[in-house]
Amino acid sequence: MATTKTPAPAPEVPSHEEGETRRDFIVLTASGLAAVGAASIAWPLVDQMNPAADVLALSSTEVDLGPIAEGQSITVLWRGKPVFVRHRTAQEIEEANAVEMSALRDPQADKDRVKEGKAQWLVMLGVCTHLGCVPLGNRAGEFDGWFCPCHGSHYDTSGRIRKGPAPTNLVVPEYAFLSDTRIKIG
Amino acid sequence: MAKTSKSKALVPVTPAKSGLSKKVSDAAEWFDYRLPLISAAKHTAYEYPTPRNLNYWWNFGSLALICLIVQIVTGITLAMHYTAHTHLAFDSVEHIMRDVNYGWLIRYSHAVGASMFFIVVFIHMFRGLYYGSYKSPREVLWWLGVVILILMMATAFMGYVLPWGQMSFWGATVITNLFSAFPLIGESIVTWLWGGFSVDNPTLNRFFALHYLLPFVIVGVVALHVVALHQHGSNNPLGIDAKGPQDNIPFHPYYTVKDFLGFSVFFIVFAFFVFFAPNYLGHPDNYIEANPMVTPAHIVPEWYFLPFYAILRAVPDKLLGVLAMFGSLLILFVLPWLDFSKVRAATFRPLFKIAFWVFAVNCLILGYAGGQSADWGVIIAFVAERAVDAEGNALPGTAWLLTIPAGGLAAWLPDISVARITAFYYFFHFLVLLPLISRREVPLPLPVSIAESVTAKETSSHSHA
Repeated sequence: MATTKTPAPAPEVPSHEEGETRRDFIVLTASGLAAVGAASIAWPLVDQMNPAADVLALSSTEVDLGPIAEGQSITVLWRGKPVFVRHRTAQEIEEANAVEMSALRDPQADKDRVKEGKAQWLVMLGVCTHLGCVPLGNRAGEFDGWFCPCHGSHYDTSGRIRKGPAPTNLVVPEYAFLSDTRIKIG
Repeated sequence: MAKTSKSKALVPVTPAKSGLSKKVSDAAEWFDYRLPLISAAKHTAYEYPTPRNLNYWWNFGSLALICLIVQIVTGITLAMHYTAHTHLAFDSVEHIMRDVNYGWLIRYSHAVGASMFFIVVFIHMFRGLYYGSYKSPREVLWWLGVVILILMMATAFMGYVLPWGQMSFWGATVITNLFSAFPLIGESIVTWLWGGFSVDNPTLNRFFALHYLLPFVIVGVVALHVVALHQHGSNNPLGIDAKGPQDNIPFHPYYTVKDFLGFSVFFIVFAFFVFFAPNYLGHPDNYIEANPMVTPAHIVPEWYFLPFYAILRAVPDKLLGVLAMFGSLLILFVLPWLDFSKVRAATFRPLFKIAFWVFAVNCLILGYAGGQSADWGVIIAFVAERAVDAEGNALPGTAWLLTIPAGGLAAWLPDISVARITAFYYFFHFLVLLPLISRREVPLPLPVSIAESVTAKETSSHSHA
């Protein structure tokens, strides 16, 4: 520092334009390492906000389908979110299959949203893909499926987005049939 | 005050010192030599020259500071009784309301105080907009103000989640989900914000921690705001620079007294809401405990978010809606360059003045639209309802409305709503009108100086009397 204040520059000190010096190297490596150090301390402080182990552990729910009559649906809680389990009628399945792919914002066939041979069971997150409200069910909205009251998204009998601000279909979570009347979500 | 004789000195005269006061002032001097707090206070109060023509709209800066202090004091005392846990939060708020001594007063003051803070800051900002307080050399001062507004919004949002009512929960869900609009990283950001797969206990805990932290961050930015203010001094209703001592008066006692009068009036309004309408500005659904299975039929944010919420909903695309909402705030940062007219005050800008008032009314309509349901104010429905009588026959003079052919015009008419028009106009004002007016407008002649303008007014009022 003090050398920079001397009025006449010492001729033997090479200026920055003439090439790199040992000091440049030390400054660069030291600040580079300091940056790596700062980032490695910052990461734990950022990552602590991600889901903790106990939250991740609560990741599956079993549902008994027995009591759900045709045309009825229930809502269960999975990972803090509502999941709709609907026992669809033949008419609802037919309506879902009758839709042209070109009419869909997020094209997906009804058979891809249910398990093979179990088309009457529609299982999906009860979370509007717009901003996360719980849509109203029981053949609500203009497409006889679900309607989100928050910002007016309409879903059809397959839970596909048909009208309103939501960008995608209601999400079908990972689930499997344990038996004909029992599923495990997650 | 302005009518006192001009020969009188404007700076207060220090009285001769007696024994005790001499000792006190010596001690003060000893201390100030080591830590210059007293001279700093003197500089900001006694010696800080302030334009002599400030009107009552200039009270809102100090009012905002008072609001911040009220929020911090009531907030810290509430935190002594509040429990940030999903099982206990709702009950602990009711405990504050029913059991804690004066808990109801402190909580209502905090809740009403948030609304008061926003109304004061909005008026403060509109004052800045009207008198061009964001223009050179005060751009950074304006930026810091916008930063404070954004911090306030974040703080208020997280604070509203803490009582863990239905509006808390669903407000938190909707607002955090805004970030899911961003492609690729959106979902991870939302999970990270939540600390889980939905708004839950980890979310509540961190919101409490941040709600406690952010006000102190605001204090820091307010300090910078004041430093930036003192760098070039206050703007004034004429929008011209002070040219010398004849244009200024010391802040103390002249504006401290004026500010105290403002505080008194302000606290009358504040007290009215606290004691007579404490829940008027809130939403009754927040007295229902949070239920992740049921969304209330009509979700609305607190009133101070409504214009921004209306902009969010006005755009049919999720990502664009979110960008428009954030953009409506961020656009304020570039305002000093969108309005590049050299004249500050709207008083001397005939076109800008009209645009300002249209913009202000537009903001109010946006706020109203934000409080209505999503399908409110669709023009075609409004017209269709009024164009026919009960039997479905066209009313006189409206027949042409029914002749609009399907397709073409009628195809996009159903998408036009009051919210969309006003949201569009919000951006139109900043991006098109202001640059255009700045280029074309011929401003009125500016007064030579603050002092001349003030004395001219006095002379004319004297001659009338």
